[in-house]
Amino acid sequence: MIFIFALWCSIKSPDGVRAYDTPNDAGKSINIEWKLAADDSLLVGYEVFRATNNDTFQYVGNVVSGNRSFKDTKVEDGLAYRYKIRSKTTNEYSDFSLPSAQVVSAPQWYHKGKTITLIGLLLFSSLILGAIVYARKGKHLFIRRIAGLDELDEAVGRATEMGKPLLYVPGLSGMTDIATIASVNILSQVARKTAEYSTPIIVPNRDPIVMTVTQEVVKEAYLEKGRPEGYNADNVFFLTDSQFAYAAGVCGIMMRDKPATNLFIGMFYAESLLLAETGNMTGAIQIAGTDAVTQLPFFITACDYTIMGEELYAASAYISKEPLLLGSIKGQDYSKLIVLFFILVGSIFGLMGNRVIISLFNI
Amino acid sequence: MTHDIWIWAGVVLTLFIFSSLYKDNPFYRFAERLFIGATLGYAIALTWHNVIIPKIVLPLQHHEYILIIPLCFGLLYFSRFFPKQAWLSRWPMAFAIGTGTGISLPLVIQASLFKQLQGTMITSFTFSNIVLLVGVITTLTYFFFSTEHKGAVGKIARIGIWFIMVSFGAAFGYTVMARVSLLIGRFQFLLHDWLGLIK
Repeated sequence: MIFIFALWCSIKSPDGVRAYDTPNDAGKSINIEWKLAADDSLLVGYEVFRATNNDTFQYVGNVVSGNRSFKDTKVEDGLAYRYKIRSKTTNEYSDFSLPSAQVVSAPQWYHKGKTITLIGLLLFSSLILGAIVYARKGKHLFIRRIAGLDELDEAVGRATEMGKPLLYVPGLSGMTDIATIASVNILSQVARKTAEYSTPIIVPNRDPIVMTVTQEVVKEAYLEKGRPEGYNADNVFFLTDSQFAYAAGVCGIMMRDKPATNLFIGMFYAESLLLAETGNMTGAIQIAGTDAVTQLPFFITACDYTIMGEELYAASAYISKEPLLLGSIKGQDYSKLIVLFFILVGSIFGLMGNRVIISLFNI
Repeated sequence: MTHDIWIWAGVVLTLFIFSSLYKDNPFYRFAERLFIGATLGYAIALTWHNVIIPKIVLPLQHHEYILIIPLCFGLLYFSRFFPKQAWLSRWPMAFAIGTGTGISLPLVIQASLFKQLQGTMITSFTFSNIVLLVGVITTLTYFFFSTEHKGAVGKIARIGIWFIMVSFGAAFGYTVMARVSLLIGRFQFLLHDWLGLIK
């Protein structure tokens, strides 16, 4: 009788253990799932054991009660493994579950869950490439007026008239940031103008790689305008990579050299207001451009003109009128139309209780 | 008033930086250059201990000679010091920009496009949902560059710019609040840590 009671009281082992290769990964990982034990609420957790073909089962890890899966990331690709689980309380263990079927870990070349991203990437890229090809055929592509950019010429001209330098701050981000890439494109156009008007341009950098790029860009602009002697390598320099030390340095330049024009174009963070306020106090004409939504309000407040978000990407195309850049802006506009279409259709479907469009974008 | 020399150093440098509110002066210049120099030195030490040693020296000591390839590629950056070979620095630069863009593009499409797109598709007629939908559509129209902002497009874009400005106003207030708390922190340092006037 006591034996039967003890058997009834002992904790139950989990069952339904299933092991499978983790999908869409780089290998070396196996997922193990099981059905929760009937007395799961009384348990501390579950322990997972693993064995290769002929070996004995070894402990590989544990999870707390309520969990029904475990990921084993300490496996070798190509080896067959079996798993079994046991439940545990604070002072006893259940019997082991039946072992899972054999499973082999392998890497996958293609992540099936990201097919929609691939389709999107191909679609948007082909729209942009198509528009670029169209622009290269010499067809006219219209881009609407962008207020802040029309003033760039005036800003460079003002520095020339006053005989003072132009300060160009390419943001605080690295070269992989789209805002920095856009900033470098604009710098190229601005440097052409400063080369043309023989106006000194000062470019302090926070990132060493951005510095090498800005040096190249400014140098090339001066070469293109036939004024290589006008390029001063000392004016395009690395300051420091610390955010506020950089801001202090740029503020110092503004207060000492009193540039007639300040251009803050690229990615900015908390230092944006410090820079724009100091520039404002020195009486410089200021144009800012960034896609940092949190910093735009400060630039709008303290600068004369502000290029907002997407306008920054369109800016270099707008200034240069180069087919390559104009085509890419057109391509982006077509992409926006597609986005608008999906938002409207998805919302109409959603309001009718159909989530088919919404679930298309599950990643 | 404290006798801690480091608090005194902090106070002196804080006041030197505050002096720029009057005009540029030697005290501000000293603090500015000290700040830049110290952070630069710190960054070099950090790079040495967090990058050069653990990612190059130690793996090479453990015979991971494959690292010599990216190491040589990275060293090409130094070709900028030799004008005739400076063009070689473009290779690692092109590699860094190319891989960086390649890695970030799918992530941007997933996080900044698809997830936002999904979040904008409404499933019920509530006030906040309507504001969200109208806000996104009109703002997107503002950033459409292929047509002049005239007629219906102009009106929709105008609504878009209102949405943008309202969101900027909210962001401005929120951030100013954070900046004021930074200033309060500095004053607390001066009045509490240094002068001991407030407890």
